[in-house]
Amino acid sequence: MIFNLINRKIFTLLKVQYSNMLEYRVEIALWAVSGIIPFFMLNIWTNNNLNESINISDVMLSRYFLCAFFVRQFSVVWVVFSFEEDSLLGKVSPYLIQPLNPFFRYFAQHLAEQITRFPFALIIAFFFFIFNPESIWIPNLGILFLSIVSTFLSFLIQFLIQSIVACLCFWTEKASSIERLLFIPTLFLSGLLAPVVSFPAEVKSWIYLTPFPYLIDFPANLMSGNETNISRGLSMQILWIFLLFPLFKRIWFEGTKKYTAMGS
Amino acid sequence: MNLSKYLNVYKKFLHTSLASELEYKTNILVDLITAILSLIGSIFLLSIFFQNNGYIGGWKFEQALIIQGIYTILNGITNTWFNPNLTEIVKHIREGTLDFVLLKPIDSQFFISLKKINPSGFLEIILGFFLLLFCIRINQINLSLSFLTLSVITISCSICILYSLWFFISTTTIWFVKTWNAIEVLRSFLYIGRFPLNSFSFSLRVFFSIFIPIAFITTIPSEVFLGLSQLWKILLEVIVASVFLITSRKFWLFALKFYSSASS
Repeated sequence: MIFNLINRKIFTLLKVQYSNMLEYRVEIALWAVSGIIPFFMLNIWTNNNLNESINISDVMLSRYFLCAFFVRQFSVVWVVFSFEEDSLLGKVSPYLIQPLNPFFRYFAQHLAEQITRFPFALIIAFFFFIFNPESIWIPNLGILFLSIVSTFLSFLIQFLIQSIVACLCFWTEKASSIERLLFIPTLFLSGLLAPVVSFPAEVKSWIYLTPFPYLIDFPANLMSGNETNISRGLSMQILWIFLLFPLFKRIWFEGTKKYTAMGS
Repeated sequence: MNLSKYLNVYKKFLHTSLASELEYKTNILVDLITAILSLIGSIFLLSIFFQNNGYIGGWKFEQALIIQGIYTILNGITNTWFNPNLTEIVKHIREGTLDFVLLKPIDSQFFISLKKINPSGFLEIILGFFLLLFCIRINQINLSLSFLTLSVITISCSICILYSLWFFISTTTIWFVKTWNAIEVLRSFLYIGRFPLNSFSFSLRVFFSIFIPIAFITTIPSEVFLGLSQLWKILLEVIVASVFLITSRKFWLFALKFYSSASS
């Protein structure tokens, strides 16, 4: 009964958000385009033969960066910006009265946006294969399933981190600057610009304990068929979710107690 | 054009926007830390590229640092002036407040491009300058008068090109209403400015010097620093910069003809 209710709610939310997202198709297409930085990085790597030093062939490296592009497309999160706007405009107040945590709404927004973005990402991948025909490959079904799961887990980790930051809006009003600060290690340590294998040894010794390599490097390696430790990756992802979720619940609870309505 | 009037107005702009930005003091502090970490991250990434190769696209690590320094200065300028103002155009047009700007007895492009300032970009500019000074020392560059004038000329041309690109995309809002994500695409292309143009493949090099002249923005000023630049390249940069500036001005006046107010 209760499960059915939740199910219906989530389905309705998704449907509403999906039609909302379809209204801004061009916006979403442009956003998909803005994620092509991994391809520029790939160009630097292959054009200067930098991959020889880390023992990854050109083809494997191009698959890695293509997968990094895909993982990024389906794990990018912008809750902080939505929540900050809603909280500054006073839209959070009506959400709080509803018998549903407002973060479900943002969650549905993100999923709907990913569904809208999927065809555009496929088109970009299609062009990528035209320019790099030798890198075409078909991953086996089990691996594909695991990498979709790990991409989703990566999305969950980022969603939780950003939600925690978003809750700081209750205290500081502008949380987006903290988000920009957190984005820096995400950008440089997640493997979006360079695979984590290529990092110097002293960085590699501690980086696998942080959540960053599991955001892009691990799912991308898994999907592209590069060498990676599957059980460690998945368990670290789950561990981080178990660490972050109670923190989010706690900060949300404290925040709503502190909340004073804004706007009208 | 009455220069002293415009100077006076600009002083007022500076005063009011600094006062309103300084309200969020912790925000500025967080932004400062972000700027420092971002520079560290970029140098880290660059050092990965140079780990086993002495050269990238014919540039040594010490030389590539110059590009990084110039990029940091330009990024600081973007964050201080272009980003806060030109994203505001989108808001002006969506909410119909551009009417108020057009009614003022002052040039609308001047008003819209210089109204706001974000002081946290200053640190990036200072960091960039220090990095450049450091590069001048490690590359043993002689400071002569001709070197100084040439570098000032090329860097100011870069600023003009950068401004025109931003302004051009923001102006298209008059037709498309929402262009946030077009700005994101521009940002991700500008990201390329951190690396020497020669490190990319030939087709990308052509793309980044003809369609989006990112090559001109950082690579030519860095070549001036190293004394590698030929005179024709500098002349070309001056021509490109003036063409961009004039076109952006013409385009703004042209676009205004299509502006129909949104609010009333």
